[in-house]
Amino acid sequence: MSATPPVAGRRWRRPPLFIQSRLWRWVIYSGVLVYLVLAVGSLEVDWQRVYAGLERAQRFIGGFLVPDFVTRSDQIWRGMVESLTMTVCATVVGIAISVPIGIGAARNIAPWPVRVVCRAIIAVSRAFQEIVIAILFVAMFGFGPFAGFVTLSFTTIGFLSKLLADDIEEIDESQAEATRATGAGWWQIVNYGVQPQVMPRLIGLSLYRLDINFRESAVIGIVGAGGIGATLNTAMERYDYDTAGAILLLIILLVMAAEYGSSHIRKWIQ
Amino acid sequence: MPVTQTPSGPVWTRRTTTEQWASWAGWLAVAVLFVISWQVMNTNTIWSFVDDAPRQAGDLLSRSWPPRWSYVGNLWLPLWDTLNMATLGTLIGTILAVPTAFFAARNTTPSVAILRPVALFVIVASRSINSLIWALLLVAILGPGILAGIIAIALRSIGFIGKLLYEAIEEIDESQVEAIRATGAGGWQVLDYGIVPQVLPAFAGITVFRWDINIRESTILGLVGAGGIGLQLQSSLNVLAWSQVTVIFALILVTVIVSEWVSGKVRTAII
Amino acid sequence: MLRIDALDKRYKTGDHALKGVSFTVERGQVVGLIGPSGAGKSTLIRCINRLVESSRGKVLLNDVEITGMSGSGLRRMRRRIGMIFQEYALVERLTVMENVLSGRLGYVPFWRSFLRRYPQADVDKAFALLDRVGLTDHVDKRADALSGGQRQRVGIARALEQDPELLLVDEPTASLDPKTSRQIMRLICEVCRERQLPAIINIHDVSLAQMFVDRIIGLRAGEVVFDGPPDGLDHAALTEIYGEEDWNQMRAEKEEDARDEEDAAAFEATRRERMEGIA
Ligand SMILES: Nc1ncnc2c1ncn2[C@@H]1O[C@H](COP(=O)(O)OP(=O)(O)OP(=O)(O)O)[C@@H](O)[C@H]1O
Ligand SMILES: [Mg+2]
Repeated sequence: MSATPPVAGRRWRRPPLFIQSRLWRWVIYSGVLVYLVLAVGSLEVDWQRVYAGLERAQRFIGGFLVPDFVTRSDQIWRGMVESLTMTVCATVVGIAISVPIGIGAARNIAPWPVRVVCRAIIAVSRAFQEIVIAILFVAMFGFGPFAGFVTLSFTTIGFLSKLLADDIEEIDESQAEATRATGAGWWQIVNYGVQPQVMPRLIGLSLYRLDINFRESAVIGIVGAGGIGATLNTAMERYDYDTAGAILLLIILLVMAAEYGSSHIRKWIQ
Repeated sequence: MPVTQTPSGPVWTRRTTTEQWASWAGWLAVAVLFVISWQVMNTNTIWSFVDDAPRQAGDLLSRSWPPRWSYVGNLWLPLWDTLNMATLGTLIGTILAVPTAFFAARNTTPSVAILRPVALFVIVASRSINSLIWALLLVAILGPGILAGIIAIALRSIGFIGKLLYEAIEEIDESQVEAIRATGAGGWQVLDYGIVPQVLPAFAGITVFRWDINIRESTILGLVGAGGIGLQLQSSLNVLAWSQVTVIFALILVTVIVSEWVSGKVRTAII
Repeated sequence: MLRIDALDKRYKTGDHALKGVSFTVERGQVVGLIGPSGAGKSTLIRCINRLVESSRGKVLLNDVEITGMSGSGLRRMRRRIGMIFQEYALVERLTVMENVLSGRLGYVPFWRSFLRRYPQADVDKAFALLDRVGLTDHVDKRADALSGGQRQRVGIARALEQDPELLLVDEPTASLDPKTSRQIMRLICEVCRERQLPAIINIHDVSLAQMFVDRIIGLRAGEVVFDGPPDGLDHAALTEIYGEEDWNQMRAEKEEDARDEEDAAAFEATRRERMEGIA
């Protein structure tokens, strides 16, 4: 059948997986090796300090296994309430602002000047992490959950409007076309041609963002934006590992519950 | 679409009545929850501070500008530390995440009753806790420095990589695995020939993606003492040197953009 | 020689897929297994190499009992049974050569398979098989870059690379066009006769089966309802297996198929002539 008859003893080697050129493969692999050696070499580890820390590690693991919810229950409670209210408010406000910005940023339904402005807002909000933004807002609004709320709302906008805009750009154009063909105005097109297609995913994303916002609310407290993160930070500063363990467990449980709950709500809505 | 018959002819509504009610009740619940949350959240808010925010912002801006560009010279070493934290952390996290994912995936776990729930808990725990919190704990235990940062990044990455990887493993085409098993292959050989080739592209994509995220996260771990450029940020904030903060933010931004570009390139090259 | 003795299979879901199936396949005999969808054809084949565990009964290959083996014994038994699948079941992201060599997995230690350092004898055999199925030019292509017919050829090469003593084939042609189906069936049957391999081929296309196999076994609801030469498959037998249907219609179609094949061959011949004319 074939032109070349098989010759016994013909060697076979697997073709390289990633980099075809032999030279480049060699260059890249040795580059990676050199980097790793340099990086590990520049690690300065104070082994005595690490050794001394082992006792703390033990205490911490102990605190995690036998958490103390009671001693500082009022502080834990206040931190949790702050985190949860912050999360809810920031998510609601964030969504309310994200929707118009997301629509304005979609190539297929917004005129270009609006689009440029909206995309710019999204880019700014996505460029930095929650914690960096929290630093700025704490400086502006003072310590406490209000700064956290503003931070989370701001980052929600970057997340949701971007995904919403991408979604709108990916909709089935024929449905919007059909609506346009009936002589509908812009609002009607958005309402009938676009909204039904993106609504289920928007709800899903909002629930997902709720989940993220709660997790983040536990972090931004470290720079003074209130919430359970602040309580955790205080506990750590006091070397109160039993309370810290309790707080971490609470966070894990709440996140698990939120994930479980939101997957159920999503199923129920669809 | 429900159509109800009335004496004056069929009436069309978008939803059935119960659905309509449920939807209204849902919106109402959200509204009530929001109002209550708003009130509780703001019990201690000092509104004069909030009103004052625009002026504070202006003040901040005037103090941040012009940036003290000469400060950038102090930042190269911390930047190198930051990159190492992200890269080594991703490496260690990946090494730990791979077995975790295989234990967690329903079709590869050696024990459904014990190992799988343990692996799933490890994944959830690691995912629920931000790397900054991990760093906070580890700095207390190991002392300040980039070792704590590396481990924090690694611990957070286990959950992320583990979850996405185990989902990819559960989605593989079982018939390919079955065909390999039918040749008389042993367990490790089935893994090597039947499963790994199917998840390798997803795995590479996930890892590079996480590395990109880790670069972002490692820039701020210094805020709690875990080394890198965040340490400089913390000390500049402490002395209210906002013109230095601007320089640090600019450098972080550039790093993040570059790493995003690199990871995008690598991912398209792999897939 | 393969002997199946009172094989019974009941799935956890309650489906009684096989009800006391017994028969014997001699060396070099190609058996076509036909029956309506859900009759238990795939189940039967999978019970033989224990991808599915039978509930009761025995399977013996060359007088060694397969049922009841476990661990390395089961692996050593499986490597002697080649299997060819409907949807090819190649590892899509491995190369053609790796797929063929994976037929040796039961023979080589893990480190060899992991490093892709197979004994030269295995590699020689793989090259010879790829030549036999006409894929010498595609050795280092990835399996997902091949056409359906080519993939099935790789599947055949993989099964033969095992040096099997028995070939199990589950609907090899269901995803292929008629012409390729014939080529694949011809290839499988030729190899079986060359190597004196017993084979069981699940197949939906009755006329295709009659064209190539030595013996036909008809399965209906988990029971053998026909066992005999292809010519013995008359109207009554088909009705027994599949239920009432206009079989003469199908006969006519079969003749038409045969004519088509002649036409195709003629077309191929003229095309070759024309190409030679150009060259
Ligand atoms: N994994 C399984 N779990 C439960 N029941 C199964 C399973 N596989 C097959 N069955 C059942 O066993 C019976 C026989 O199925 P089998 O796949 O062997 O039929 P088949 O003859 O190969 O059909 P087809 O021609 O459609 O491939 C069917 O009733 C089927 O529903
Ligand atoms: Mg079948």
